[in-house]
Amino acid sequence: MLKVLKAGLFTTIQDQGRFGLLNKGVPVAGYMDTYSASKVNALLENQPDAAVMEITMTGPSLQFDQDTYICLGGADIPASLNNGQVDRYKVTKIKKGDILTFGKLQRGFRGYLAVKNGFQTPVVLGSRSFFIPVTPKDHLKKGDTVAYTKVSHFDPKVSELKVDSFLGENVLYVTQGPEYELLDDKQLEVLFSKAFTVSNENNRMAYQLEEKLPGHAISMLTSATLPGTVQLTPSGKLIVLMKDGQTTGGYPRILQLSDEAISLMAQKKYGDKVRFKLRKP
Amino acid sequence: MSTYEISIRPFGVHAILMEWPQRVEEAILDDILQFTWFLEEVGLKGANWEIVPAYNSVTLIHRERPIVFEEFAKKLRDWYGRPATTRSGKRWLWRLPVCYDPEFAIDLPEVADRSGKTEDEIVRLHTSYTYTLYCIGFLPGFMYLGGLPKELEIPRKPQPRSKVAKGAVGLAGKQTGIYPQESPGGWNIIGRCPVPMFDPKKEEPCFISVGDKVQFYAIERAEYDLHKIEAEVGIYKPEKSEWDA
Repeated sequence: MLKVLKAGLFTTIQDQGRFGLLNKGVPVAGYMDTYSASKVNALLENQPDAAVMEITMTGPSLQFDQDTYICLGGADIPASLNNGQVDRYKVTKIKKGDILTFGKLQRGFRGYLAVKNGFQTPVVLGSRSFFIPVTPKDHLKKGDTVAYTKVSHFDPKVSELKVDSFLGENVLYVTQGPEYELLDDKQLEVLFSKAFTVSNENNRMAYQLEEKLPGHAISMLTSATLPGTVQLTPSGKLIVLMKDGQTTGGYPRILQLSDEAISLMAQKKYGDKVRFKLRKP
Repeated sequence: MSTYEISIRPFGVHAILMEWPQRVEEAILDDILQFTWFLEEVGLKGANWEIVPAYNSVTLIHRERPIVFEEFAKKLRDWYGRPATTRSGKRWLWRLPVCYDPEFAIDLPEVADRSGKTEDEIVRLHTSYTYTLYCIGFLPGFMYLGGLPKELEIPRKPQPRSKVAKGAVGLAGKQTGIYPQESPGGWNIIGRCPVPMFDPKKEEPCFISVGDKVQFYAIERAEYDLHKIEAEVGIYKPEKSEWDA
């Protein structure tokens, strides 16, 4: 078991997500930054569906009660193992009793901690990803324990990876959303010329952006939305839906983020700037 | 099939959107359901697709790989253009109990006032129509039920509540529905349903599907309490019968 000594700001367990229930209103959930989470899993040679810990801004303090191997990635949050530094994207051996702590966030917003064979929280409706009301809680609290398997020896094929850091980038590649054609010239000009600031309304469901587009009176029937769908409210506010976002919506879906752009958005925090760049699908 | 002019558009690289005319209409929904049944049972059977119908649209999402749009859109058009096969899917009529007790029906006096009816008349109206499930979204198991009588069309509350109770039955515009979990919400609350609309402990966590019909019937407080206990221990089964379009 892994014991949560300190919870951090918002620490959750996430895998690839929950499929097959979109038509019942259940979002996919899963790790927000697929790019980074996949890398840490790959270094440990985990199955693609292995669950990782998603750490938001302020990391937890964790104590391991059996041997294993871990790998950290995603946001740059300095980590120490019993006071020794732990490098990101490097397979690190853990001994029974080790304590992992995190320092101050340097870059990005969401860090990932993978453990050999993945975290073993219960699978509910096909996934371990935390999401209320599917799982009883949506984040870990002090005193919680998380199961993992004991691994005393592991010889990684690749023990360290130089990962191209995309954390400093701010261009979100997008394709046209279903209601893109309804935008007028003025709205289009603002959309692709301005930088947009991440508002303090940002979480696993959605990121709201501060700067507005000219408003509109477009009315449409409620229809499906996806992670990465950019909605435009009548007042001109842009809402970027993320992994826990609702499965349907009634606002025009003007853009759709690429998979890479969703990972990049997931690493943005309050006050960060992003720009949209249109790409052919 | 091929009854309507449909549009097919890309929706990111993993999804494709099919749209029927922009109207809330029983006949359109039925056409959509026929086509989604075909996709589920023949066209896309066994493949890694999510099929999400809602009002006048169907969104198809592939769980892994990108879609080659032109090729897939053509396939969909061909399928839609084929002569109709016999009805395959089933639609169900669900009878759901609602307790309109004043403790639960917090907006009932205001709804009655706005529509110039008595509270009893509102309850009678709400329980005497059969509603159509056009969409599930917002929250797991949250139903957008259409087919309300004019008298019950009440706009959303100008200021949403930060907490609406699980099971709260609401009215909003042309829709009625049930909050499947405690959540913020702006619908006008006129009662409470003891049947859980989403239960992750069940193999099928949400028993209802888009296209199904719902009829509400009024129950007393004591009956509500009983059903609530039955639902908690998992022995309550909502009444259903096959519904023929």
